[in-house]
Amino acid sequence: MFLQIANKTFSSRLFMGTGKFSSARVMEEAIVASGTGLVTVALKRVDAGDDEDDLLAHLRREDLTLMPNTSGARTAKEAILAARLAREALHTGWVKLEIHPDPRYLLPDPVETLEATRVLAKEGFVVLPYVQADPVLCKRLEEVGAATVMPLGAPIGSNRGLRTRDMLEIIIEQSGVPVIVDAGIGAPSHAAAALEMGADAVLVNTAIAVAGNPAEMARAFKLAVEAGRLAFENGLGTRQRHAEASSPLTGFLG
Amino acid sequence: MSAFYDVLQKYSWEEVRQRVADQSRGDAVAALEREHRTVDDFIALVSPAAAPLLEEMARQARRLTLERFGRTIQLYIPLYLSNHCTNFCVYCGFNHDNKFQRKMLTLEEVEAECAVVAGWGFRHILLVSGEAPAMTNAAYYERVIRLVRERFAQVSIEVQPLEREEYERLVAAGLDCVCVYQETYNERRYPLYHPRGRKANFQYRLATTDRAGQAGVHKMGIGALLGLEEWRVDSVFTALHLKYLEKTYWRGRYSISLPRLRPHAGAFSPNDPISDRELVQLICAYRLLDQEVEISVSTRESREFRDHVMLLGATSMSAGSSTEPGGYVSPRAGLEQFAIADDRSPREMVEAIRARGYEAVWKDWDRWMANS
Repeated sequence: MFLQIANKTFSSRLFMGTGKFSSARVMEEAIVASGTGLVTVALKRVDAGDDEDDLLAHLRREDLTLMPNTSGARTAKEAILAARLAREALHTGWVKLEIHPDPRYLLPDPVETLEATRVLAKEGFVVLPYVQADPVLCKRLEEVGAATVMPLGAPIGSNRGLRTRDMLEIIIEQSGVPVIVDAGIGAPSHAAAALEMGADAVLVNTAIAVAGNPAEMARAFKLAVEAGRLAFENGLGTRQRHAEASSPLTGFLG
Repeated sequence: MSAFYDVLQKYSWEEVRQRVADQSRGDAVAALEREHRTVDDFIALVSPAAAPLLEEMARQARRLTLERFGRTIQLYIPLYLSNHCTNFCVYCGFNHDNKFQRKMLTLEEVEAECAVVAGWGFRHILLVSGEAPAMTNAAYYERVIRLVRERFAQVSIEVQPLEREEYERLVAAGLDCVCVYQETYNERRYPLYHPRGRKANFQYRLATTDRAGQAGVHKMGIGALLGLEEWRVDSVFTALHLKYLEKTYWRGRYSISLPRLRPHAGAFSPNDPISDRELVQLICAYRLLDQEVEISVSTRESREFRDHVMLLGATSMSAGSSTEPGGYVSPRAGLEQFAIADDRSPREMVEAIRARGYEAVWKDWDRWMANS
């Protein structure tokens, strides 16, 4: 089953970040091995106006949707400006909204994120906001036009897994837009667990980029995401909360 | 006055020195094993008691750095605007008493220097100047920043301390980062090294990061001049300063520099020189204290040292640096602040970074990040 976001469909439910790799070539090999169809790139890392930018050169592939992100923005105002610049330079209306004013844990600012999503969605952007695993905030973002919500599993780069599991379950249950678990996924088993729960996709960067062999780690994540999704589609996610008895419990009533 | 100065009052130099000396190997092991470390742990990790644990410190520092920064090293280049200086810092080549030809770049000369270093690939630039406010003042820096802003993604300054309102003007012109080094946090002995001139005012200099923080400067670089006073004690105060800033100006980003004085003939001699091994211990201790702080290692250090510390905690390096105003367009001997140790070209530096399995990052910042 394909995943639909805005006007695009994705066969892979693994999305990738492009930071922290030892070279653009290693990054590209990992992207290919992951089978991903969507990668995000930090605008602050690229010379958007420069056709020879090394990072961008390795990301311009037909099978790949390139989604700039606003990492480094501290306010809605900065993120909006960044998204507009990205649309002009990279010819894409897709934007991963990252507004984390706290440079220590890179935790997203909900107030600024909601405001920027509202403005950018009105301007026709496809907005994928990175947020805390806050079910109410996710509904509010959906209302103002977010294309997906991207709640965190744990702080960015921490590799701690699904620390926000209880809230993620509620978000997945309630969301009317795809839920992509972003940040904190440090091992293929974490990714599998997110998909088993019913998350529509995961976004992984650090765990792949700093692995001994990033391409092989990317392949491990690819398999885990496929396994997790297959398990979900076969009822794993629902079984935990709504156990099915082997024979009807109320059959005696006739 | 400075809010950090209030924090500083809670500590005496002698007490901190004693605490460093009193650390046991057990304290160091405990600090190394802790998941969330405090300045108390930092004290154990910079103490002599931690020296035998250096390899384990390096392994952990490497892991933390990789997790946060990945396999990357950011590159920047200093651009010396002026070596006019009205200060008398006893360790510095720009000292007012030193007789040599002084030079302050015109805007045309700044533009020419920028064209050279931008051509080498640099997108992060550090503007450096001596303190001569009749010439190099906020109005001058504002014009320079507006000019260099066009070519560079990140603009930093390392110039004399300014007023809050002046920082606000510079931020509006496109300033991203202020580097200001306290040199030593030993208030009693600071005047020995800075006997006259505006820099003699310890408290005004210490409050610079507060003024810059209040003005909304996005990033700040701090550090002590290692070897001037006991480097372990100065590093503990630097760590306190860092933690204070992270808490107070919590939207800001921070960078630590570790310039060290080396003993050599005819020049100012450090009281407490720091060896290569000790400097590695210090880099690791900063990383173990703070996973996200940038650690900058300049061309003052040798190529061999830099090639190794990029694997265990350093995240930012200069390359191809000249420390004389106008030195990129027409290098001349005799105007520089200090001789550099690693004289590799930027191209060679990129190759060295690549050879270590890392990527040289020219750009990790953008204009819109100064738009708050």
